[in-house]
Formats: sequence, C-alpha cells, structure tokens
Amino acid sequence: MALFEARNITKQFGTLYALNNVSISVPEQSIFGLLGPNGAGKTTLIRIINQITGPDSGELFLNGQKLKPEDVTSIGYLPEERGLYKKMKVGEQALYFARLKGLSKAEAMRRLKYWFGKLDMIDWWGKKVEELSKGMQQKVQFVTTVLHEPRLLIFDEPFSGFDPVNTNVIKNEILFLRERGATVILSTHSMGSVEELCDNIALINKAKTILEGKVDDIRMQWAGDEYEIVFEGDVTLPGNGELKVIEKHSEDNKSIIRFKTGSNRNTNQILAEAVSFGRVISFNPALPSMNDIFIRVVETRN
Amino acid sequence: MNKISTIINREYMTRVRKKSFIIMTILAPILMAALIIVPTVFMATQEMDYKKIAVIEDNSDLFRGALKNSGTLEFVYIDNVKVDDLKKTFEQAGYYGILFISSELVNTPNAIQLISKKQPPIADLQYMENMLEKEIEKQKLMAYNIENLDEIMKNVESNVSIQTQKIDDTGLVKETSTGIAMALAYIGGFLMYMLVFMFGSQVMRGVIEEKTSRVVEVIVSSVKPVQLMMGKIIGIALVGLTQFLIWVLLTFAIVGVVRATVLKDKNLTEITRTGPQSLMNEEQQAEVQAQIQQTSPELTEFSKLFESAMNQPWGLIIFSFIFYFITGYLLYASIFAAIGSAVDNETETQQFMLPVTIPIILALMVAMGTMQNPESSLSLWFSIIPLTSPIVMIARIPFGVPAWQLILSMGLMVITFILFVWMAAKIYRTGILMYGKKTSWKEMWKWLRYSG
Repeated sequence: MALFEARNITKQFGTLYALNNVSISVPEQSIFGLLGPNGAGKTTLIRIINQITGPDSGELFLNGQKLKPEDVTSIGYLPEERGLYKKMKVGEQALYFARLKGLSKAEAMRRLKYWFGKLDMIDWWGKKVEELSKGMQQKVQFVTTVLHEPRLLIFDEPFSGFDPVNTNVIKNEILFLRERGATVILSTHSMGSVEELCDNIALINKAKTILEGKVDDIRMQWAGDEYEIVFEGDVTLPGNGELKVIEKHSEDNKSIIRFKTGSNRNTNQILAEAVSFGRVISFNPALPSMNDIFIRVVETRN
Repeated sequence: MNKISTIINREYMTRVRKKSFIIMTILAPILMAALIIVPTVFMATQEMDYKKIAVIEDNSDLFRGALKNSGTLEFVYIDNVKVDDLKKTFEQAGYYGILFISSELVNTPNAIQLISKKQPPIADLQYMENMLEKEIEKQKLMAYNIENLDEIMKNVESNVSIQTQKIDDTGLVKETSTGIAMALAYIGGFLMYMLVFMFGSQVMRGVIEEKTSRVVEVIVSSVKPVQLMMGKIIGIALVGLTQFLIWVLLTFAIVGVVRATVLKDKNLTEITRTGPQSLMNEEQQAEVQAQIQQTSPELTEFSKLFESAMNQPWGLIIFSFIFYFITGYLLYASIFAAIGSAVDNETETQQFMLPVTIPIILALMVAMGTMQNPESSLSLWFSIIPLTSPIVMIARIPFGVPAWQLILSMGLMVITFILFVWMAAKIYRTGILMYGKKTSWKEMWKWLRYSG
C-alpha cells in the first residue's frame, strides 16, 4: 500500500513549468529514489510535499488521506542546502526544531539524548554550530530531521559533505529507520547509493516523469541483450559468431566475459552455445548500472 | 499558535541574552543622565572662572562704581593710564581685558570697547551692558531733578520671568515649561526614530540570516512562513519593549534619587528658617535670611522645573509612545522583513532601503521643527499620515494635541500596519525561497499577487 501519493501535480512559475502532470506513489516502509538532472523539478516537488508551496493543480495523499497542514509533524525533511543558526548552540537548536515539529520539551530532550549518544555527538551539545565542521553540522541536521519519528522522511542529497565512514553511518541509519517502519523519499545524484538503498525510483526530467518503477525491474528492463558469463580457466569466445564480446578479463584462473547477442534468442539457447566453449561457473544477464540508465534515458529524451 | 510562541521565545531569548543588549539597556539611561548632569557640572565649574577687568574711562568718571562686581567678574577702575600702554601689559597684570568707556557713551551707545585676548562670553557682555544701561538711564533721569530718585529707582526695579500655564479641557491649570515640553518632544521623537529603525532593521537582518543560512527551508517545512515572520517581528518587538520599559524605570529611578536629594536640601533650609528663630538675635536672623535669599531662587527654580516635568501627562505620553512604537515598528518591521526576504545578502538591500528611509528621515526633520512650532500645519499632517505619524505625533504630544487628531492618527496607523503586514507576508512567502535572482520592485509586485 502506498504511504504517500502525488497525483497529477502541476506547478508553473510564470509560463515555465516546474512540474507538468507528475505522479508518484511511494509504498509504505520502502525507500523511494527521486531522481533527475539539475533543474528537473525535484526540489519543487519536495517543497510541495512539505507544503512549503502549493501545487497549481493535482492532489497529495498521505496514508490514503488528503494531505493536511497538520501532517507536517508526520514528515521529516532534510533539505539539500543545509541550514542551522550559526550562532546558536547545538543542543538548544536541536531542541528548537523539535519543538517546532510539535514535540514536548521533555520528550524532545529524551530523544535527543538517545540520538546524540548513538551518533557520538554528546560533546557537541554546548558548542555553537559555527564551531563544528561541515560534516558535524550535517549530522546535527540529520538528527533534527528524524527526531520527531515521522512516518515519511525526505532526504535531499543526504550524503553530500560526509566522509566515507560517516556516509556509511548515515546509510545504515536510513536502512534502520526503514526497518522500524519509516518510509523514505531519497533525492540524490549518487546512483551507487540508489542501487544500494532504493526499492523504487521515479526519474523526473524537464518537469515530467520519464521513468518509474522498482529498481530491479528497471535494471532488468534495460539489461537488453547483454550477459555476463564466468568460465573456469582461460576461455576465449570467438569474435565472429552470434556472441559479440564487449569486455573480457581474467582473475583467479577465471575468465569473466561480457557479451551481447542477437535479440531473437532466449537464455537457454545462449547458454547452450556458451557451454561449448568451456566450463561455465555462472551466467547472468548483465544489469546496467543506474548511472548508465540515468544517462541513457535523459540523453535520449533530450 | 503554540509554534509561534516557540519562535517568539527563540527570537526573544537569543537577543536578550546577548552582551550588547545587556550593556545597551543599562548604559543608555546612565548616558542619558550624564548628558544632563555633565553640562550642568561643566557650567558650574565654568562660573568659577574668575575674570578681572580693568576699566578705563576717557577723561571722565561718569561710570565709576556703576559696574558692580559679580560672582565671576571683578572690575578695577584705573586712572591715569593710557589705553595703548595698558594694552601691552594688561595680561601680565592679571587682567582678563580692558573695558574702555568713552565719555560719549551716554549719547553714543557704541562708544565703548572691551579689549581682550579671548572672545568674551556673551553672558559677561550682557551683564556689563545691562549695568551700564541702567547707569545711563539713572543719570538721564537725574537730569530731571527728581526727589528721592534713589528710592524710586529701587522701588521700580523689577525682574521679569514669564511663567507659562496650560489649561486643559476641564479648566485645570497646570504649570508647564516650554523647555520641558521641548526636551520631551526631542527625546521622544528621537527615541522613537531610533527604536523603530534599530529594531526594524534587526528584523531585516534576522530574515537575511535565515535566508542565507538556509535555515528557513527547514523551518517552513514545520510552520507557515507567515508564522515565522510574525514570530520574528513579535519577538523583536518584545525585546524593544523590554528595553524601553527598563529605560523608563531606570530614568525615573535616577530622577527620583536626584529629586529626593534636592528636596532634602530644601527642607533643611526651611527648618533653619522657621525652627530656632526665637533663639537667634536679629543679626543672626538677618544673616540666615540673606543666606536663604541667596540659595532659594535657584532651588525654587529647580523644584519648579521638577513640578513642571511631573505635571506633564506622563500616562498619555508613555501610552502613546508604546502604542506608536508597536504600530510604527510593526509597519516598518514588516517592510524590512519583506525587503530581507527579497534579497540574498545585506549589500543588496541598498536599493530598497532608500524609499523606506526617506519617510523616516522626513518625519524626524518635521519632528524637530515641531519643537519650534507645534501648531504648524506641516506638523499636523505629518502626525496624521501613518508612515511619519509615530515620530511626529510623539513630538507633538508634550505640547498638547486635540483628542480627535490623536484618535484619527492612531486609527489610520492601525489600518495601515495591518495592510502592510498582510502585503509583507505575501512578499515574504515567495521571497524567502527565491535564490540567485536579483529582485526588483516589479518582481516584488508580482509576488504580491501570487496565490497559494
């Protein structure tokens, strides 16, 4: 069941379309990737979901109900451009944002203690934000976003500014939040993390959705006629026949070969041909990376 | 509503806890008191500056003895010395200057010169002129051979000082002082200008800070932009009111202390006058009497000033000040908030600031003119037009303002500030999320008509 749904959202600035009849559906307890090149309309859609601006037309549903102003307490938003009051102390600030999301002071304190402890931030409590490094500030902001335990979390480029160690910490936290029941909308340009984290995606380009669905399905769909086969020992495929080698390399006495075939053949036929060249260890359709798909989709559209 | 109060609380607390706020709040009334006390002390010490003046009459002694020594001036009559000789030596001889009186002075008013190295104070000149005028009058009168002239002269001698009284609608007479009214008009008008401008631009800086640090996006995902704007404006207004009230209380406290000490002195002299009178002989009594006469004119003057200051309609003044501060501040703060939301950094505010500053400066200028002429039609109109009325009306109130004018001005003020807050909220809502685009007035006008 969809926790969040946007139906036929249109938003215009003057004569320019920021969003043109865009619909997305985010299943409950999943991570949804909102992708698209710069200026595609992602931020506008996120702002509409956060009710910062209203759409010109279209409807929004949270948990099957029309989105209401009070629902801001069920949504947590980490904007791409991070913002904290520089002169304010970390603890005071975190408390302030929690209060704005409707938490009582006592409850906010309890949860802040938990999160500050969990992410190793206790020492920062009395420091001013400007005394922290950028990555530390990001962590503070992450905590303020998730503190009120919203059902829907929206992360806009959550990993920018983090070192690999902290990126991993935050990734695990996001997965942990999903585990505990949260639904996440993740907007990012890092396709690696999309493959790693996302269950579903929507790709927006020039104010329109151009690709939508489960990440695995999409990759299968775009796999085309490419396969990856692993032989034991050094095996060479003939360059002429039906199988066209794209790439080959050897390691640990194995040959890993990517190849392309004609589109009229099924996997059984291909495998039958392949076994004649050597002992097959594994055989898989070669899934394109989300990065490749992104570039191909956007470029063909342009 | 709960969220607005959270915002107000933050805006208020972060500012009130700042060192600069605490210092300003405590120091300003002390500075103000010093501003009044220091010149007084300065003047008092200046009076101790004792001048000896050599008087030379040109072939006559018509004015011998006419110039009486005052507290600071001593006149020494010198005979048989040429002015030109004395000019070279008077300084070594300890004289401040030479007063050279021609015998023609009786008929030619400018046949007299004061020769000195420094520009003599106007008060000293007036003193001498006064004395000599009286002497000439006396000598001219003597030519009529009137009997008992000295007695008559003493009898007719008078000293006029106009005391002003103001009658209110109920016919109640109150002693007032134009000087006090002017001082109040000046302080009130200027304070209003300072507070509105200072706290108004604090709102602007706050908005710019939130916009450039991008905090705003996080906050408007929790609260409505209007709530954020109003929270900020109200929070800073409370900071201003807190400061103002502390200033008023401290000032009254200082005035109270000064008044108490002065009154204590006065009571003391009264006791010596009435108390042990019977025990004194006549000589002593006369002495005491003389002493009182010497000290009491200043004292009565002082307590009169106090009485006059206390007779000002303080309730009305403070009420109007708070009213005009709140409404005027809300009006300007909302304009400042709208400007802050439209720009990306503080330097970009310049082009929008000028049209906002003009009415404020104009109001201040008219307010200063009001002190000279409170009834002018310029003051009247500027005290009714909402953009200038907070400053000008405050300057007019100590001189008395008809009730209908006050009500009209306040009514217009309320309507205008609501209108401005409403417009500012619309501009603000769009502006705070707009980055990287140079905003023009035209653009802001467009935002004003956006919906949703």
